[in-house]
Amino acid sequence: MDKQDYLSEELQQSRRAKKFNLWLGMIGMFMMFAALSSGFIVYTASGVDKGIKTILPYAFMASTGVIVLSSLTMQLAYRAAKSGSVNRQKVLLSITILLGVAFFFLQFHAWSVLVERGITFVNSNASQSFLYVFTGMHLAHIFAGVLVLGRCLFGVMRNIPHGNNIFRMELANIFWHFLDLLWIYIYVFLLLNQ
Amino acid sequence: MSTTVISHDAAHHGSHEHHHETFLTKYIFSQDHKMIAKQFLITGIIMAVFAMILSILFRIQLAWPDAEFPILEVFLGKWAEGGRIRPDFFLALVTIHGTMMVFFVLTAGLSGTFSNLLIPYQLGARDMASPFMNMLSYWFFFVACVLMVASFFIETGPASSGWTIYPPLSAVPTAISGSGLGMTLWLISMFLFIISQVMGGVNYISTVLNLRTKGMGMWKMPLTVWSFFLTAMVGLLSFPVLVSAVVLLFFDRSVGTSFYLSDLVVQGTILPNEGGSPILFQHLFWFLGHPEVYIVVMPALGLTSEVISTNSRKPIFGYHAMVYSLVGISVLSFIVWGHHMFVTGMSPFLGGVFMITTLIIAVPSAVKAFNYIATLWRGNIRFTPAMMFAIGMVSFFVSGGLTGLYVGNAALDINLHDTYFVVAHFHLVMGSASIFGMLAGVYHWYPKMFGRMMDERLGYLHFWLTFLGAYLVFFPMHFMGIDGVPRRYYTFTEFPFMDKWISVNILVTWAAIIAGLAQVAFIWNFFASIWCGKRAPQNPWGSNTLEWTTPVEHIHGNWPGELPTVYRWPYDYSKPGHDADFILQTTPLSQTMSSNLLHDWEDNEEGVEAQKAYNKEHNRVEEA
Repeated sequence: MDKQDYLSEELQQSRRAKKFNLWLGMIGMFMMFAALSSGFIVYTASGVDKGIKTILPYAFMASTGVIVLSSLTMQLAYRAAKSGSVNRQKVLLSITILLGVAFFFLQFHAWSVLVERGITFVNSNASQSFLYVFTGMHLAHIFAGVLVLGRCLFGVMRNIPHGNNIFRMELANIFWHFLDLLWIYIYVFLLLNQ
Repeated sequence: MSTTVISHDAAHHGSHEHHHETFLTKYIFSQDHKMIAKQFLITGIIMAVFAMILSILFRIQLAWPDAEFPILEVFLGKWAEGGRIRPDFFLALVTIHGTMMVFFVLTAGLSGTFSNLLIPYQLGARDMASPFMNMLSYWFFFVACVLMVASFFIETGPASSGWTIYPPLSAVPTAISGSGLGMTLWLISMFLFIISQVMGGVNYISTVLNLRTKGMGMWKMPLTVWSFFLTAMVGLLSFPVLVSAVVLLFFDRSVGTSFYLSDLVVQGTILPNEGGSPILFQHLFWFLGHPEVYIVVMPALGLTSEVISTNSRKPIFGYHAMVYSLVGISVLSFIVWGHHMFVTGMSPFLGGVFMITTLIIAVPSAVKAFNYIATLWRGNIRFTPAMMFAIGMVSFFVSGGLTGLYVGNAALDINLHDTYFVVAHFHLVMGSASIFGMLAGVYHWYPKMFGRMMDERLGYLHFWLTFLGAYLVFFPMHFMGIDGVPRRYYTFTEFPFMDKWISVNILVTWAAIIAGLAQVAFIWNFFASIWCGKRAPQNPWGSNTLEWTTPVEHIHGNWPGELPTVYRWPYDYSKPGHDADFILQTTPLSQTMSSNLLHDWEDNEEGVEAQKAYNKEHNRVEEA
């Protein structure tokens, strides 16, 4: 086996392993939300005065739309990266980041709507506090996701090697879709319990 | 990227170093799995000594509750005014002893050390899947340790609500002095620790699944690697749940939410929190907490399998059964957490369900215990210090495991809950057994880690004092527990019915002190041998696994030249027909025609034909 082959084979293997790490990390993150879900169910079942007892703010619907759209633009950005159209990738990636930021503000807005209704975080009906915990913990992950996207954008701006760019984009793409699905899970879970 | 460059160096230029390594990159911020393993081990040992000293302090209080020891005041200051340990400090001692032993020593110190050392070595990998994450994993752990120790140096003292940090004691900062800043530090420390474990665990799983060398199928992996792999999976699924529990607890403490709190009056004031449920915390905590005890014991079981097989010079008995029993324990560990909560007012039906799942764990556990004994049976046993500790591990696993049948039984547990019976049970089955597994690992792989041998005589001294000490400490506690003596009580003299146990407590404390002093033999042996031990040969124990095919001197990428290829399982010890009593995993079947069995060739038709021809020629009959 010549030097180049050996190198690229080990590189491929190490990339496969890193991608796998991401999948495992996502399993860990999912477990965290699964624990919150079961905590919510157990708590809410503990009395008739517990439960969300309100209609979820419309802003959550809007943020769902935004994040689904951002998943789409991310997928397109990844495709652009694979086909080597750098400018297209930059534009689509930037749009994704902006949508991510918009998601942030929509969630804040939703919280303010809840507070106006008198549903505060400090609450003797902790089912309502759970609303903030679910959305807040997810938002913390979105924050990390935006940083990951920013790193991709930074990389493509600095013209890092094509292979590295695609690999970064691939991981960011998977992670961003995961955050999207995670939000849909949370939203549906909360909708079913409202 | 760095791995690629490094392994490329190793592959093409032999072992000499190309890139410039500074002290900082080699010993401190190392990304090399071997160095990280040593970092985990030494940090773990320091934490173990610290936690052991804490236990001796509270043992002194338990044995002589009314005596004064002015020397304690010299060291502990206001925590032992007048030479008597204060009640709130006593609670801090048991809390931090438990936390450090369970998490820092037996989770990070055990998994962190041996998963890092052995997964790449025994699988034939250059390093972990992500060496950088591996480094972060250690440093998060280190900071967690520092924060936990730091809580001894703050005004209000360390967390004091037990290692299980049940609310409301942990959730109301004004409840006792340890519920204040000490508890906050505990929570931050544990948060960092969980990040460390998840990053480490992700790496272990990914390395096992992706970086096995040529020929290393899953069923050719040593049992050590199987146990680390399953431990990491259990950790990955359970630690994030603790994050959730801890986040909610943090909000209750610092923001004023009511997830766990309700209807409390603390020091004359009514707390505003309403509607919370402390039982919710217990559910979330034990969903991690129970798998955690298997995270603690499974690596010890894996190390023991390897040490017992090697030193009995026999294949491990029932390799597949050993793997499946580990898998069984891993799966069952997630559906038994309710057995910690039989007395929380749980519905008796649910209690019954948890009882049944709990008792089923006895099946895979017994499979393991019997397989160890069957491996020893008629073996050509070499009683090395590592072997002594491995056998000791099996002994503790059996004697502690048997009482699991008592405490796992809902009807009996109502009496035994929160008594010394429980203390005895888990200190034997997960405490002592895991420590012994870990020590077996240290004695066995020390030559691999440091290139030197440990002193055997000190090893035997260490073993016997620790082994007898541990039984003398924990065995009498069963009887105290059956008599109803509760755990975590500060003084026994307050209750007349416990007076009769004072003499036993004195015996236990003396045994603990002597066993504690025995660790000096180990510490001395460990650290002195790094520099003064006899130089180790490449394969000191005559083992089959891949780590013993690497050079004694550590090099980046582990193997000079190409990675080894694996041709057989790791337990070909004393194979009939072979001249040596071990066959390395890297020895091709074609070189061992005189000892091969037909099924060794698996699906290799050509090999089977060649073997048949050889057998015929040499008049060799294979037993059916």
